[in-house]
Amino acid sequence: MSIIYFLIGCSVLLALLFLGAFFWAQRTGQNDDLYTPSMRVLLEDEQPEEKESDRNHF
Amino acid sequence: MKMTGPKPAVKINCYHCGDICETNLYLADNKQFCCQGCQNVYQILSVSGLCSYYQYNDHPGATRGKLDKRFEYLEEPSIVDELLDFHDDRISIITLYIPHIHCSSCLWLLEQLNRFDPGVHYARVDFLKKQLVVRFDHQKISLRGVVELLFNIGYEPLISLQDIIKKQQKAEKGNLVQRIAVAGFCFGNVMLLSFPEYLGLSVFEQTFRHFFGYINLAFTLPVVFFSGREYFTSAWNNLRKKVLNIDFPLALGIAVLFIRTAAEVLTQTGAGFADTLCGLVFFLLVGKFVQQKTYHHISFERDYRSFFPVAVQTLENGVEKPLPLSELRPGHRILIRHNEIIPADAILLKGQALIDFSFVTGESVPVGKTLGEIIYAGGRQTSESVELEVIKPVSQSYLTQLWNNEAFTRKQDNRMRTFNETVSKYFTVVLVVIALSALLAWVFTDLRRGIDAFTAVLIVACPCALALSTPFTMSAALSIFDRNLFYLKNTAVVEELAKIDTIVLDKTGTITTGNGRNAELQSQLSEEQVRLIYSACANSMHPLSRMICRYFGEQERLPVNDYTEAPGQGITARVNGRELRIGSGKLLFGNYHEAADMTRVQLMIDGQYLGYFGFKHEYRQGMDQVSALEPAYQLFLLSGDQDQERSELLRFFRDSNRMLFGQSPQQKLNFIASVQQLGKKVMMLGDGLNDSGALRQSDLGVAVTDNVNNFSPGSDAILDGRSFDKLPTFLRFSKDTVVIIHLSFLISLTYNIIGLTYAVTGKLSPLIAAVLMPLSTATIISFTTLATHFTAKRRKLL
Repeated sequence: MSIIYFLIGCSVLLALLFLGAFFWAQRTGQNDDLYTPSMRVLLEDEQPEEKESDRNHF
Repeated sequence: MKMTGPKPAVKINCYHCGDICETNLYLADNKQFCCQGCQNVYQILSVSGLCSYYQYNDHPGATRGKLDKRFEYLEEPSIVDELLDFHDDRISIITLYIPHIHCSSCLWLLEQLNRFDPGVHYARVDFLKKQLVVRFDHQKISLRGVVELLFNIGYEPLISLQDIIKKQQKAEKGNLVQRIAVAGFCFGNVMLLSFPEYLGLSVFEQTFRHFFGYINLAFTLPVVFFSGREYFTSAWNNLRKKVLNIDFPLALGIAVLFIRTAAEVLTQTGAGFADTLCGLVFFLLVGKFVQQKTYHHISFERDYRSFFPVAVQTLENGVEKPLPLSELRPGHRILIRHNEIIPADAILLKGQALIDFSFVTGESVPVGKTLGEIIYAGGRQTSESVELEVIKPVSQSYLTQLWNNEAFTRKQDNRMRTFNETVSKYFTVVLVVIALSALLAWVFTDLRRGIDAFTAVLIVACPCALALSTPFTMSAALSIFDRNLFYLKNTAVVEELAKIDTIVLDKTGTITTGNGRNAELQSQLSEEQVRLIYSACANSMHPLSRMICRYFGEQERLPVNDYTEAPGQGITARVNGRELRIGSGKLLFGNYHEAADMTRVQLMIDGQYLGYFGFKHEYRQGMDQVSALEPAYQLFLLSGDQDQERSELLRFFRDSNRMLFGQSPQQKLNFIASVQQLGKKVMMLGDGLNDSGALRQSDLGVAVTDNVNNFSPGSDAILDGRSFDKLPTFLRFSKDTVVIIHLSFLISLTYNIIGLTYAVTGKLSPLIAAVLMPLSTATIISFTTLATHFTAKRRKLL
């Protein structure tokens, strides 16, 4: 049953890793703006310019 | 001859901003624009190949009233330094607030800023805060260049004095989220490690029990000393001020839990209460987080600085030079252009002043001023450039000296006393008394048991649910108000709203709509006369002239000669050979007594009087409902205007003594203070800077605005004009939420009493504590949230 000592150690270490990752994300400002990325993802990077101006003439 | 109304013309919306095009002069690529400004923006975008801007949304642009805005002051190194977030020898970073950001097109275009100028490295939008972060190479493009570029594409940043000041005193952001993360992390792990204890460990597994105990203890350390530290500091600070707030029993509970856990684990006499401790701190912090609702797009702290410019053009020996406003002194000559704000009390030296004081008073019709007259700060010049001599520094002017009043300097926090604070005082006393008597009852027979009972009482009665009931109820209430376009500064405002018994209303802009006046033609005009009047009025930028033009709709324009516009009086002009006089009675007849019931624009062609245009103030929808609040609430009217509308307003306020006219900003403040001295709780509703003092002095200041992104004076709450009619419902709902809080206090007290019956005997098992605490918390959270939503539904706010 002493494997439990090892397993608990592992699980705590893993959890600490996640906590550290969260702190890092928080500190680098990744959670500062939770709304804009959801809009940005819907915008296309580069639009072919001719096409859209043609569309208006139809 | 029949009266000619507006012709049913086909209205074309501006391709850029969506406003109705009143002329068809502005055309480009088969698209029609309402003004030169909109057309310019379109052309800039089409040259840069960025017309996809118009694909994401229809009419994404802002209408462009002014074209000649100047940003010379952004060359001034002292101002630039204050505005930049960061700069080294090549790179500068700045955060700009751009009020117009409102759709995905805005986002897309602003993030393409580098395609206009390679000097810009990148631009990033924060949509909710309406902010744009720009990193640029200041050797290739100056800050002024960046701002001008933004202005040219229709996204003018709002650069104000308060921005600078706000940046300087930017308080460090609370690391509440991190503390919640740590508490949650520990809570989860401790729960996991406590399960074997709940389920029972067999004799040969006793070594595990000690091992789990030590790990649990280790997990409680960051919870107590990192996550929960503020409860100790807050309790200690309050204790020194001789105040017993809810943080005291909480800190006591945390401390006792920790000490008892440590003692039990280290002496190997028990499992301790590590799970209860971590859960308690975690839930408390979550409650705190819920309470901190922030509106990114609304500022409640605005004063005159947020709409005054950063710098003003001064004239020295005929040379124009931008000067930071803080350095403006009496004697300086300043140049105010069309659409700029006069930053300090000054005397008019040159030019025609037509000042729009809508920021100050809410009145949108500009006032004419003659040479040598004093113009008070806060007005916006609406005609040509004028030259002025400053007579008072910015902070000492008629308007801004209001901020020197003690109402603005005294601390705000003391103003609102919440039910929570009042109750927790008695709660703490009772708790300590029970704990001590439990100790005394056992201590002579069984010392060990006495200490157990003492600590158990403090643990079980730790007012976790009590501390959570207010935040959860209030945040639910806040989001309901939010949905109904009523934005409160914080949760304490809800309770304050429930205590109000007197309501004071400002007139212009608050109970009248900002610009929605009804034009009413009291005359029979031929089609020719309509064209004549239209042509004359089309030359004028005066709001009343614009309204007359809009009333007639699109008409043929006739040639206009000898056009003169006397400020505050009206227009004289020769149109198509006919002589026109349009304006006040004084202009037409010399001496004339104006009727008080409404603003009139008299019409005269070739000396023949034709009648008049009447402009009536339109009262906000729901004024009748608000008026019906009497007698439960006392209503007062406090207006800076003269009493022309006294008789009209009498139907709302019933008693003529309840209406005060011609009040200066200082008098408004004093009036509120005098009502408060009679023991009344006053809610003030206002909209202009002149109400700022009264808003601040009142127990609850509400700024009424038609657009929450526009300027509104500093206040406790901001009410969108569209929800004005819901005000009585809001008041009733706030009373309901207070009842909900009282009920949830009862619930949490019941839990406390159940726990106490176990605790005083000294036999509190960790399992009972671990079950009782989350159970009471869950009950409180679900009860408050459900009850608040249910009442909101009943009040038809959902």
